[in-house]
Amino acid sequence: MSTTTTVEARKVEESYLSDKFTLASWLVTYDHKRIAILYMISITFFFFAGSIAAAIIRWDLIVPEGMLKDPETYNRMFSIHGMMMVWFFLVPSIPTTLGNFLIPLMIGSRDVAFPKINLMSWYIFVIAGCVAFYATFVGGIDAGWTFYPTLSTGYSNSFIKVAAAAIFLVGFSSIASGVNFMVTIHRMRAPGMYWHRLPVFIWSHYAVSVIYVLATPMLAMTMVMLFFQRQFGVGMFDPQLGGDLVLYQHMFWFYSHPAVYIMILPGFGVISEIIPCFCHRKLFGYEFVVWSSIAIAVIGFFAWGHHMFIAGISLYSGLIFSLMSYVVAVPSAIKVFNWIGTMHKGFIRFDAPMLYALGFVLLFAIGGLTGLWLANLAADVHLHDTYFVIAHFHYIMVGGMVSALFGGLHFWWPKITGRLYPEMWGRAAALIIFLGFTMTFAPQFILGYTGMPRRYATYPPEYQVLNVLSSAGASILALGYLLPMVYLPWSLFRGPRAPANPWDATGLEWQTASPPPSVNFITTPIVTTKPYNYQEPEVLEQQRQNG
Amino acid sequence: MNPPFDYKPGLNFNLPVAANFAVTTDHIFIALLVLSSAVLILVLGLMFTFAVRYRAGSPLDRGTLLNKTWILEIGWTSATFLGFVALFWWGGRVFLEEFRPPPEAIKIYVVGKQWMWKAEHPGGQKEINTIHVPINQPVQLIMTSEDVIHDVGIPAFRLKRDVLPGRYENMWFTADTPGSYWLFCDQLCGSGHSLMRGQVVAMTQPDYQRWLEINGTSIGLVAEGQRLFIQFGCAGCHGGNGTVRAPSLAGLYKSPVPLSDGTTVIADEKYLKDSILFPKKQVVASFKPVMPSFDGKVSEADLEKLLAYIKSLGSEHVR
Repeated sequence: MSTTTTVEARKVEESYLSDKFTLASWLVTYDHKRIAILYMISITFFFFAGSIAAAIIRWDLIVPEGMLKDPETYNRMFSIHGMMMVWFFLVPSIPTTLGNFLIPLMIGSRDVAFPKINLMSWYIFVIAGCVAFYATFVGGIDAGWTFYPTLSTGYSNSFIKVAAAAIFLVGFSSIASGVNFMVTIHRMRAPGMYWHRLPVFIWSHYAVSVIYVLATPMLAMTMVMLFFQRQFGVGMFDPQLGGDLVLYQHMFWFYSHPAVYIMILPGFGVISEIIPCFCHRKLFGYEFVVWSSIAIAVIGFFAWGHHMFIAGISLYSGLIFSLMSYVVAVPSAIKVFNWIGTMHKGFIRFDAPMLYALGFVLLFAIGGLTGLWLANLAADVHLHDTYFVIAHFHYIMVGGMVSALFGGLHFWWPKITGRLYPEMWGRAAALIIFLGFTMTFAPQFILGYTGMPRRYATYPPEYQVLNVLSSAGASILALGYLLPMVYLPWSLFRGPRAPANPWDATGLEWQTASPPPSVNFITTPIVTTKPYNYQEPEVLEQQRQNG
Repeated sequence: MNPPFDYKPGLNFNLPVAANFAVTTDHIFIALLVLSSAVLILVLGLMFTFAVRYRAGSPLDRGTLLNKTWILEIGWTSATFLGFVALFWWGGRVFLEEFRPPPEAIKIYVVGKQWMWKAEHPGGQKEINTIHVPINQPVQLIMTSEDVIHDVGIPAFRLKRDVLPGRYENMWFTADTPGSYWLFCDQLCGSGHSLMRGQVVAMTQPDYQRWLEINGTSIGLVAEGQRLFIQFGCAGCHGGNGTVRAPSLAGLYKSPVPLSDGTTVIADEKYLKDSILFPKKQVVASFKPVMPSFDGKVSEADLEKLLAYIKSLGSEHVR
């Protein structure tokens, strides 16, 4: 009897990190926090695989005739970059790492609803990642990450089937995570955690989960059809066999457009946590920020055709998709205005997470505004398939999502690891990433407007100056990414111990120890207030005077 | 391939404005640039102002916070939405025009294949990786591909359209400044993608006429199509007055055709092409499906000549 009590007492005092130290205790863990760490290590690996390909792309484009001298290798590089970054880094990035770690903590639960499925989704992800790694690095893919037929079905001698299998497989890990998060948020909230008391981070992940579950099966079907066409000659996408080329694009973008929101919605969630904390203000227009996430998840399903304005769809469907693309941009604009509203009359601190958040708002605003250019039919006719599009979606995906991931990683680093990162290095990296990013991608808007097509291994010499500028920026960006890879691991061993709530933040995750115990909360928390209940200025002033 | 026009090394901000849609599209770009800059300056300005005024160390009295915010929320939401609808409307109007060629336009056929462009003029003049066009006259490009998806993009005209195998895509323009302009393949088409560049040469009308005469062949597309019509044996069933085994083709183009399954189709280019390559797919009502398939027997270039001939058949021609 007494032994049991001691064991249990020790269990609650120990953090999830010090539970056991064996490799097996990590590889067969059901703890959502450890699975989040496993995911973090895996996506970091795939991020670097994709980054190396990007570095080779930028190196090739320093001279007009191409440094590689081999367009086939160039095509393989941007295919690696697209596949790795989209399916093995961006789609799982925040949800499976920060989301996995924080959803149960933020809603006051002990774990996710299905811990074993959570572990399974990581194994599926890793297996699919290995298959994709084999397909792209060992075999080689030269049809881009979009695999348009008839190039991918009849004219490419590369490992399309293997890649299709990998993408088919990785979809199951997305669906498993999505179902898991949805059930967790529905069923496992702490007492008093009503829907309108949920942090925006949770709402964003709820919206993402809906897209994971509804859109991913469409991608799986598309990949099966692609596989069948290459393997058995079933010509669903082959005009020679009575199929339709454009059908593939419809099916592919029906997944891949909502997938854009899979990639950015969790970023909105992270930013909506960081800004109120560092402004010491409640989030401006909470209901509007929440419901704009839901609106994006719903309307996002009806805008896929803007990838196909000039691809041979009817002119009238072009009109509908253009209008829907403008409509889906409205909720994003609402969010930006509300974040700025939150800064109004705040007490703003500029720690590294806030610098990343401000960078996010700025870069996302530029990415969103240039999205209006591409949603415009006549403007898109000129800009489509040029570097303008490349710059636009990198502003959203890298300037936006990667900034949000880094901001969130720094914000919750003390909670996850129990250590503080070196603040000076954190701020320096945030600034270097912002500058490097801008120098890399801002010139590409001009390249695109002046007509340089994407996926060109060689290019006319008049585009050289801007390309060199872009490549130079990419090397600064690389430095910015390498810095956290050095000082964050360093802080694991040398960083000062973190208190439970180093940022003076609201939110249940800050009420438990850093790092949290395996059971998350020693006593079940009870929620009595709305989120972001930051104290009024007078109270804060009083506290300051008192000490 | 070197650029088709003189260029100065350095920042290439100046994209030529060389056709009707370049002008109208650039107006949209100017509006978008002004609007985006205004919003960006607003966002940046507010962020910067708040960051300085309300920094944690600032002793400034924050006063009371806004409590009722929904008027602000509704305000910026509807302002954004209305602005967006206006942009949508403007872009849509230009877009619809770009892909609806006027009937009087000169029709130039363009075929893309890995990795070159082939163009053929109504008079039978052929060229590779270059398209000569007159200025101040509408020119329609009728485009298809022999293998994978390509894309005809002409930045100086602000025009672009995917070129798909098995389909005919249209776009048109009226060039207004003589000169040579890039023609890029804008859709990934394999390892030679970035080498699939050509040029559009806009010429004054007298120059264009001279060019046509110098490069002219004795027979035009229609005449060549007529020769092929006999050579492939089409004339045996479809020619003359015979409507026993096969329907007459007189006046067929753009007319409604009743099919054996009870539906009706308009005989556009795709229908004509499909009927030659896959005749059993859509059988004309009251005829037996006896026509052999010409899939793989007729090249894309020959198909275009046949189509040009069939299109030229008015109701008085054959009867």
